[in-house]
Amino acid sequence: MNEVFARGPSLLTRLAFVLSLSVVAMFIDTKVESVSTFRAYLTSLVSPLQYIADMPGAALSWSASRFTSRKHLLEENELLISQMTMMNEQLQRFQVIQQENQNLRSLLDAPVRPQMQKMIAELMAVDNNPYSHQIVINKGAIDNVFPGQSVLDESGIVGQVIEVGTTNSRVLLLSDVTHAIPARINRNNVTLIVNGIGDVNELSLEHVPHSTDMEEGDLLISSGLGNVFVEGYPIGVISSILRDESQPFAQVKVRPAAKLDRLKYLLLLWPVEESSEQTLSMTQDETASGEQDAE
Amino acid sequence: MRSNRTFIFITILIGLILQIIPMPAEADVYRPDWLLMILCYWAMALPNRVSIGIAGLTGVVLDLLYGTALGVHSFALAVPIFLVAANYQRMRNQSILQLAVTIGVLSMIYHLLIYWLQFWLTSIDFRLTFLWPSVTSIFLWPWLFWLLRKFRRKLGVS
Repeated sequence: MNEVFARGPSLLTRLAFVLSLSVVAMFIDTKVESVSTFRAYLTSLVSPLQYIADMPGAALSWSASRFTSRKHLLEENELLISQMTMMNEQLQRFQVIQQENQNLRSLLDAPVRPQMQKMIAELMAVDNNPYSHQIVINKGAIDNVFPGQSVLDESGIVGQVIEVGTTNSRVLLLSDVTHAIPARINRNNVTLIVNGIGDVNELSLEHVPHSTDMEEGDLLISSGLGNVFVEGYPIGVISSILRDESQPFAQVKVRPAAKLDRLKYLLLLWPVEESSEQTLSMTQDETASGEQDAE
Repeated sequence: MRSNRTFIFITILIGLILQIIPMPAEADVYRPDWLLMILCYWAMALPNRVSIGIAGLTGVVLDLLYGTALGVHSFALAVPIFLVAANYQRMRNQSILQLAVTIGVLSMIYHLLIYWLQFWLTSIDFRLTFLWPSVTSIFLWPWLFWLLRKFRRKLGVS
């Protein structure tokens, strides 16, 4: 092993080679759309590493679930049953209202809102990269996940799928600095755009005139404009409005509805156009049985 | 010969896993630069085995795992590894504490490069917390160095 005489091209040449390749890769990866499939392929190639890195945490939660006390389980069970009863009651009313809404819409010749197909996904990894807020979920191309798909948790919108691997995919959170989502205020249908600012507990509304009708505590829901996000799911609640007339726009902060730093189970949505009738009748059957149970 | 390469490969793989292993959000800010330290060690100990090319390749894998634009980490890893590869004989003669400080400086270069590239791609604000890993790396380096050297000598990797 001779270390005095270097072999191959000089260090500087090699450095220049690697750096220029990196810059070209960066440029292509961010500016050219069509390489995303190639990238997705590479991502599924390295996904075993992700599974290995996930193993200690998975083992820990597995053992935690094995060794939970009976008392704890009973308490949880009780809580869930009471929650389910409450929700079933809400759902019963919701079915009636939905039917009514559909009837009214068909009377007005407005398009009837399609039903959604849903799937539960689980969080696999949270990126520790401080510059971007992304998570990895355990559903991928074999589950028909597609880029741009809306991802929800139990309380609101979490983000959208940006990269689909074979068995896992990457989700960009609402709080990422590059993310924005069209929204409207539930109270008065004012449309706005909610931007991420790199903070999981805060989003911001930009370019909002001082005179806009909004109040602290207003619920923002997705407007579906832009054809990326599904319409009508909660994004967050306006937490503070600073109307400083010396500034061109009001400074508005929004607290996200989803717990972006406490994600575990996520919901993927597929818009369905054709089989809406079928799913509707199915859900009605479920309600009927739920009513029987309640009796 | 073959086992030597395998050992280097395994340490780099472990470094990659340690980079992405999930940690609580409070501790995540302090995650040391495992991969950078491991690559620095190899570039110093065996400069004609591990050098800029390997650093660039592992950087691409790290980009894929992190979801950053391809090339960000390969760029940021290649520069400190170049500095190590160019000065490996000088660094071998440094005491372990001097080396730890050198690693700290290299890690800062690495993080500033990542920040700069990310700023160029998507505008982000600089926060001093981005440099915490450099501090934890300084404190972890002596132990990692000792461990890697022990294994390298035991397995006769050259």
